[in-house]
Amino acid sequence: MSVAVTHEPKTSLVVPAPVGEPAPLPLALRPLAGPPALLLEDVSKRFVLGRKKKPVVAIERVSLRVERGQIYGVLGANGSGKSTLIRLVSTLLTLDRGRAEIFGHDVEREEMAVKRLINRVSVDAAFFKKLSPYENLAFAARLYGLDPAIARRETARILERLGIGERRMGQPIEQMSRGMQQKVAIARALLTSPTLLLLDEPTTGLDPRSKLDVQAFVEELRATHDATIVLTTHDMAEADRLCDRIAILDGGRVVAEDTPAGLKARVAREHGLAPTLDNVFLAYTGRSLDEDVDEDDQEKNG
Amino acid sequence: MTAVTRETGAAFAFVERNFNLSRRYWGWELAFLVYAIAGALAISFIGAEQGDQRLTFSLVIGAIFWNYLSTVFSFIAETIAWERWEGTLEYTMMAPVRRASQLLGSTSYALLYGLVHTTVILVVLTLFFELDLSQANFVTAAGIMAIGSFSIVGIGIMAAILPLLYVERGAQMTFVIQSCLLVVSGVYYSVEVLPEWMQVLARLSPATYILDGVRRGLLDGATLADVWYDIWPLAIMGAVLIPSGLWLFGRAERYAKRTGKLKRVG
Ligand SMILES: Nc1ncnc2c1ncn2[C@@H]1O[C@H](COP(=O)(O)OP(=O)(O)O)[C@@H](O)[C@H]1O
Ligand SMILES: [Mg+2]
Repeated sequence: MSVAVTHEPKTSLVVPAPVGEPAPLPLALRPLAGPPALLLEDVSKRFVLGRKKKPVVAIERVSLRVERGQIYGVLGANGSGKSTLIRLVSTLLTLDRGRAEIFGHDVEREEMAVKRLINRVSVDAAFFKKLSPYENLAFAARLYGLDPAIARRETARILERLGIGERRMGQPIEQMSRGMQQKVAIARALLTSPTLLLLDEPTTGLDPRSKLDVQAFVEELRATHDATIVLTTHDMAEADRLCDRIAILDGGRVVAEDTPAGLKARVAREHGLAPTLDNVFLAYTGRSLDEDVDEDDQEKNG
Repeated sequence: MTAVTRETGAAFAFVERNFNLSRRYWGWELAFLVYAIAGALAISFIGAEQGDQRLTFSLVIGAIFWNYLSTVFSFIAETIAWERWEGTLEYTMMAPVRRASQLLGSTSYALLYGLVHTTVILVVLTLFFELDLSQANFVTAAGIMAIGSFSIVGIGIMAAILPLLYVERGAQMTFVIQSCLLVVSGVYYSVEVLPEWMQVLARLSPATYILDGVRRGLLDGATLADVWYDIWPLAIMGAVLIPSGLWLFGRAERYAKRTGKLKRVG
């Protein structure tokens, strides 16, 4: 594993490349040197609730590979296992079987190294509600070993970019709208310069305006920084707009995986349907995205 | 940056954060303080009613030091429950910080907080009751408190595990531990009045030795050497309870990550 260390990208997501340096190569031309940003091999996770009930299969034998620099989408209905997948990668859940590596570091055996490389934004902007954005982010900064003064400047910069003024930064975060809180959550994740950023439904429940802001910001990250992002969503348009590749998750399994264009071409070719992501989803999961996967379905799988 | 500076910085993160939380929840803190003062007064007046100076002093000491112990204990025990309630638990758990540093930070703040809290109560109680401090040996009281804090921290860390294991009831269970300690440790009476089986428990509770040592120091002017029989059990308990607390915490964390107890929704 020690060889992998040399491949760790040290570039920050938030600090733009210094002027004068050549522009980054388009993704397709970049050499795929080093280990993948994320590698899952045959990963499964079940939950046992109560003594008599059969276990719920949350993730079932998932393998996937995310190359450095990609925005990788995980598309699935509610209950399909998206958050579980993200938690397995974030060291918040242990794997029942299989293997997960981040830039060549095993998530179970090299937990600390993995923790330094990742950060995560979840659906709920999880903050100390009475603390201000500054206080919340100062806490995060210290946990990640950043200088609080520098962190403060960076925070202001990122939030400025996301349309949140300096003035709001000192007031309790509970006074902010959901959309603003989610932007602060993104700022918190970016602050620690993760080389792999995990966005778990970052736009779910946001008003249309904030949703667009967040999406534009993700696009900007791709354009200007050496970012690898895993993004879960149940919004087709969002997946189509942002992702280089998409895995469709259904009942904990990956049922299709390709570029958005590739998936659409396949559904047109194999199923004679119009080339849209909605049709892709319907064809591979047999349901529309709005239906939730219920737990009884999953027990049959398990 | 060396590992030591990094972990110290991380530990400080918890001190600073908890300080900010105390500041932002100041109304709550004030209410809690009034509640603690009223409780301490109510108990101490029992001594006044009996017209017994020594009893009053003994109850005042019990009230003050139990306040310190229970404040420190519950602050540590609630570190996990609090973050679960705020919804930040997963973020703290996935930060690249050793659990020992996290607990060191939370514990340092708890000790500081307990000290400030208890000083206020001390001041109020001395205004209400005329205490004869001519005999008092403050060095003994302070020394016993310092050594005794280690075991309280150890028990606090063990109690903090409960909310990891039992998502809904974990926090209540820490109250149960606290009240059991109160009953068996001879906080307001001598442990000799307890039934035999409870006296066995009393001997296992660090609070028993702390209260005994402090009382002997403040009431009788005993020196640290005089209360050696309180010091060595406390030293052993501290040396055993903190490492086992940390170890158990690690086990509980793994269990929570295996069974999905950290968080379910979202
Ligand atoms: N911590 C947990 N404990 C028990 N069951 C869980 C837990 N997390 C997820 N599940 C179950 O696993 C399945 C997948 O959930 P999740 O990963 O949250 O899906 P998604 O994020 O796609 O909505 C669901 O049936 C859910 O109830
Ligand atoms: Mg989810």
